[in-house]
Amino acid sequence: MTDWVIVTVKCLAVLFMVLQVSALLLWVERKGSALIQNRIGANRAAIFGIGPVNLGFLNTLIADPVKMFTKEDFVPAGADRVIHQLAPFLALFPALVTFAAIPFGDTVEIAGRTVELQAVRLDVGMLYVVAMVAMGVYGVVLAGWASNNRWALLGSVRGSAQMISYEVALGLALVSMVLTYDTLDLQQMVRSQGELTLGFLPAWGIFFQPVAAVIVFTSGMAESKRTPFDLPEAESELIAGYFTEYSGGKQAAFMLADFAEIVVVSGLMTTLFFGGWQVPYLTSAGWKLPGLDLLPVAGWLVTLLQVGAFTVKVLFFCWLQILIKWTVPRFRYDQLMNLGWKGMIPVALLNLLITAGLVLLLAEGEA
Amino acid sequence: MATAEHFVFLSALLFAIGAAGVVIRRSVIVMFMSIELMLNAANLTFVAFAQRLGNVDGQAVVFFVMTVAAAEAAVGLAIFLALFRNRQTLNADEIGLLEG
Amino acid sequence: MSETAFYLLAIPTVLAASGVLLLRNPVHCALSLVVALFLIAGSYVALDAHLIAALQIIVYTGAVMVLFLFVIMLLNLQPDPDEGAHVLAKLGAGAAALGFAVIVGAIVGEWFETAPPPAVLAADFGTTRGVARTLFRDHLTAFELTSVLLLVAVVGAVVLAKRDRV
Repeated sequence: MTDWVIVTVKCLAVLFMVLQVSALLLWVERKGSALIQNRIGANRAAIFGIGPVNLGFLNTLIADPVKMFTKEDFVPAGADRVIHQLAPFLALFPALVTFAAIPFGDTVEIAGRTVELQAVRLDVGMLYVVAMVAMGVYGVVLAGWASNNRWALLGSVRGSAQMISYEVALGLALVSMVLTYDTLDLQQMVRSQGELTLGFLPAWGIFFQPVAAVIVFTSGMAESKRTPFDLPEAESELIAGYFTEYSGGKQAAFMLADFAEIVVVSGLMTTLFFGGWQVPYLTSAGWKLPGLDLLPVAGWLVTLLQVGAFTVKVLFFCWLQILIKWTVPRFRYDQLMNLGWKGMIPVALLNLLITAGLVLLLAEGEA
Repeated sequence: MATAEHFVFLSALLFAIGAAGVVIRRSVIVMFMSIELMLNAANLTFVAFAQRLGNVDGQAVVFFVMTVAAAEAAVGLAIFLALFRNRQTLNADEIGLLEG
Repeated sequence: MSETAFYLLAIPTVLAASGVLLLRNPVHCALSLVVALFLIAGSYVALDAHLIAALQIIVYTGAVMVLFLFVIMLLNLQPDPDEGAHVLAKLGAGAAALGFAVIVGAIVGEWFETAPPPAVLAADFGTTRGVARTLFRDHLTAFELTSVLLLVAVVGAVVLAKRDRV
């Protein structure tokens, strides 16, 4: 019984964390883009007449979702009602659920049992992530088709073609990470990044697989259709692409899915390449700096530091993606597809080959 | 206690539904979907018996069936595209070039 | 797994599969099949086949069904008005399906009664390592041939679907 409670609490905690960060990212995007574009951004929102003396960002942070959810919710004429209602959920579901496999801390002792700080411990964790990324295509495909609008359909066809193309590159790069760490379990991958190579360097993935890191990051951004890959939802060309005919809560669901995917890509990057919840030189007993003795640290402080490190890293990558979105112009569609098929996939394949060769060379010969 | 027997019964039911789909439906795409359902029912049987007998070969077979089904789906759907271009219909009753 | 959990999994699977049979709009049929395949992946997890379950979601629901949806949307297939006419045929199909399942269940049930007890599963049964060991040792030829088959399928699909450019 306690097991069920613990698992439920963990899953809810992860879910709410992703949702909260997504909502926060909405405001960060608005203000961040404003700062990048040398303007002030949204800073006037009155709630119940309390304003324009605004509490910094709180007004906008609250007013934005309220606005979205209170807009008129309509289904366009001639559109398939069932699928029109279904598509936002199909877009949102995989983005939220992927984070279940990503570990955000080491173990803690609760009620006499060791609890992994990871929503679900899967022995095929990496495949689960790939599977959920693959499921993300449905929201796009159905949203455009159910809109009874040829430009929405065009946006959705472009979007889904882009997503399935970059999925291949993403999958290949993730496979080379699986080869490097010799496991599909994400928690095990993070644990093995706690060791030190060359005596002093933490064994983070970025030092072993820089090419794979670039491919995962770029393919992740292409999967979530962020600039420079955001032609499917190009604001200046297709209005809003595949979710043109959505307003109100459903549009909020699509935007939330967008930001949740940012969080997922950031989580993936930190877990695979930047040590996950590992703080350099911090073991579960204390600070173990090279050449010095062990500096003991309390268990709860270690856990706090590790979860905090994970949070900082994930937020850094979220911020990085927002920065890239507002700095770089978008690709033309044929450039995008060429980059995916003729650029990323050969590079990912080559990386995979070299990784496999090196793993074989450096292994001690298993049975 | 749900044993492999339950799952074999489930897969028999799914197989029958898929077969009924192939026979009843007239849209070629839906017939193809029913075929995919039949393949999945067969996969489920393999996996159930693999678990019952403790032999992983069943799962290896499922791996191959999945791959072959994916390849078949790709080619089949390409055929449907070409067929639609020529006949402007995907109704099995009207694509009877070889009959009569 | 417990029986209630099995029925919780099996009944929606059968309903979703019936959806493929009974729904008129091809897109609805495709989505129904996606649900059925997802639930079958759940059955795989219940049968200790974790790798196969993940592959089912990646390959079938993540790729093959997306392809189906693409084709349906590309061709803009409308629900066939004649599809809903033959109620008798549907009833007959349902009865035949049930009958077939009962017969198979009886035959297989007989085997299960005299079968050896359920085998003790290896520690890595159904995990990636376990399946990969079998796949790459005992079935290596089939594996390589399958990869050739996939290449042939890709080339074939492109050739068949291309428009003739004069």
